[in-house]
Amino acid sequence: MGFEHFWLSGFDQIHTAFWTYLAVGLQNGAVYAMIAVGYTLVYGVLGLINFAHGEVFMCGGFAGVFLTRGILGDRTGTGWGSVGLILAGILIGGLVSALVATGVERVAYRPLRRRHAPKLAFLISAIGASFFIQTLAGKEFGYGVNIFPGQVFEPGKVMFTLFGAQIHTIAVVSIIAAVVMLVVADRIVRATRLGRGIRAVSQDAETSSLMGVNIDRTITITFILGGALAGAAGFLYTLQSGMVQNAGTEIGIYAFTAAVLGGIGNLRGAALGGLFIGLFGSFSVPFAFEGNVQWTEIYTFLILVLVLIVRPTGILGEKSGRTA
Amino acid sequence: MTIFAPANLKRLFTILMIAGVIAVMTGTPGSSTAPPTTGIHGSYLERVSWFGLFAVQRWFLFFTLGVIVWLLVSFYRPRARTIRHGFDSVLALPKEITAKRPTRIVLILVALAILLFLPKLVHESFWMYLIVEQIGVWILLALGLNVVVGFAGLLDLGFAAFYAIGAYTTALFTGALPMPALFHHPIPTLWVIPIGILAAMIFGVLLGTPTLRLRGDYLAIVTLGFALIIDDFVEIQNGVTGGGVGSTPVPHPSLNLGFLHIHWGISPTPYYYLCLLFIAVFIAVFSALEHSRIGRAWVAIREDEVAAESVGINPLKFKVMAFAVGAASGGFGGVMSAGLVGIINPSLFTYQISVNVLVLVIFGGMGSIWGVALGAIVIQTATIYLDNYQPWGYQFNDLFMYIGALLIVMMIFRPAGLLPSRRRAREFAEAKGGDDVHTDEVLTGEQP
Repeated sequence: MGFEHFWLSGFDQIHTAFWTYLAVGLQNGAVYAMIAVGYTLVYGVLGLINFAHGEVFMCGGFAGVFLTRGILGDRTGTGWGSVGLILAGILIGGLVSALVATGVERVAYRPLRRRHAPKLAFLISAIGASFFIQTLAGKEFGYGVNIFPGQVFEPGKVMFTLFGAQIHTIAVVSIIAAVVMLVVADRIVRATRLGRGIRAVSQDAETSSLMGVNIDRTITITFILGGALAGAAGFLYTLQSGMVQNAGTEIGIYAFTAAVLGGIGNLRGAALGGLFIGLFGSFSVPFAFEGNVQWTEIYTFLILVLVLIVRPTGILGEKSGRTA
Repeated sequence: MTIFAPANLKRLFTILMIAGVIAVMTGTPGSSTAPPTTGIHGSYLERVSWFGLFAVQRWFLFFTLGVIVWLLVSFYRPRARTIRHGFDSVLALPKEITAKRPTRIVLILVALAILLFLPKLVHESFWMYLIVEQIGVWILLALGLNVVVGFAGLLDLGFAAFYAIGAYTTALFTGALPMPALFHHPIPTLWVIPIGILAAMIFGVLLGTPTLRLRGDYLAIVTLGFALIIDDFVEIQNGVTGGGVGSTPVPHPSLNLGFLHIHWGISPTPYYYLCLLFIAVFIAVFSALEHSRIGRAWVAIREDEVAAESVGINPLKFKVMAFAVGAASGGFGGVMSAGLVGIINPSLFTYQISVNVLVLVIFGGMGSIWGVALGAIVIQTATIYLDNYQPWGYQFNDLFMYIGALLIVMMIFRPAGLLPSRRRAREFAEAKGGDDVHTDEVLTGEQP
């Protein structure tokens, strides 16, 4: 098989199934966007990457798995039941992840923050937290075992057909949920008192503390906000692909790529970056050599490397000190 | 009653949380074969959840232990300062002992004697093999990463890539890969050592030149990204690298100088001496580098890059140098491992391995060569013990959980490590500055 043939056949596949690839890309992009916002928010207030964010996402997914399995058993959800289950799953996923994120902040970040430890110390303890959570999840739920939630709706259920492409319910649900939550998060950061606190701390932590902003509280709230979004994303991801204990590393890196791509510290940029990474991942599937999906991973990691090397401030521009 | 003061109750809460985490950590693992439709049965979390609470007595044990610890802490609270002082002086003991010259010389001689006659002391080749593979090779890796993280202050999460380069270069040149050996002529394993080291160094330069412009956290993630790319790539390319299965056996090295014949065969003892020799060489070279102009440049960059640049140090050049120098010892570790183990595959070079090497460096003391070697010996010995005896229901994979926990604990309580390098300890202490809080006060939620 010549390279040219491979190249052209990739485009042929996209040409014939454009809308399918688009829907899948948007669905993945929605998930990545929600995680990426967490990276960006935390970067704003702490000035560093939260390495354990991928694991926060993973915990939310497992919470959703437990919930839907517990309620559904071996039944399949229908009608309003599915809608309720999805809402409950998002809620529980968000709650558990917010708890985990707060725990990470309390254990791995706060003691170091009190001591004004150098950045290297934060990174190392965050990696430790990520490792710990990931392995603990592996111990409880099995290493590398993909666990699926209860059937919230019929698997592979098609909601409608768009130009011959079947749009699955899960895609529609993910996209709508993501859009709603991202808009809410954006409003919280931009228009509320809490958000003003977050933005103030991002800009200048010391000065804002002099102005009466409680820094510890603001940072905790930021972790809760980012964690809740990641947990909801975890639940939505689980509905499609199930959850595995080490999903956090890979998905976390994708989302991080998205956050950097949009300019870290930039909330809307992170959402757009997530969308881009989702679409990129979906449209690069036909270009995987010999149909080996690991190639799409490699492509996305290459994007990460390229963005960081060529333009680390991202496409929309970094807004360090101005989350939003 | 001061025992029921809010701060003390808060401490009870913290201690109980820690006890709970330890209970889950050391508990029996969950079932990995979850039934497809119901909740996840058999997992420890489920048994200790609301309804299963009273079925698991272990939970009560840990709860009780937690309360006992809390009572002890409350009781000894008024004497905290003395205890803390005692604790600090115990921790400072290794430093104090090694400070006096005569004791140091005696210690070194004793250590040297033990090291040289270790194969005579350890009779079973099983343990000797583990000592070389699990401790010797890992000391090499830790020494290499210490140059990158400890000396130059660059967090490299893809260090296992250098290890992989060394190992795969060996396999390539000895013709153990599906791909034919370079120039279609396999060469003896021993002569691959310089080639393997060189290949790793070249790779270090190639990887470092574009990425080392980035600041700390970005560098960490970009090295992780590269490591994952290499991992994926090696697994995909069945025809070149043997994919997930790996290589065919790498031949054992042998040396023939006419008057001297050495064959590294099944017995690990010759490998032990080879490894020891190279560890000594690398320690000597790295110590010399540390105190040379290059080493001082690394310190300058680590402490303040802008200031270093303003006095005429080219940060990129010296950072790349750190990468290459560190890669050398990692690459040799790979050659060594390939010669000893024989078959190499991608599972030896995962992200987990990189973090595992990192923990050796952190535990021993970033930037302190002897500390890192000591840290590697301590942790890897513990690993060997845990893996082979499996005490308290320990399972192989649990290791990474303890590693994660150890990283956090070290960063909170002793960021400079077991045997701190003097300068590093000062850096961490300086950063402490500001509000002078002791770490355990922070952990138990006390306000300064």
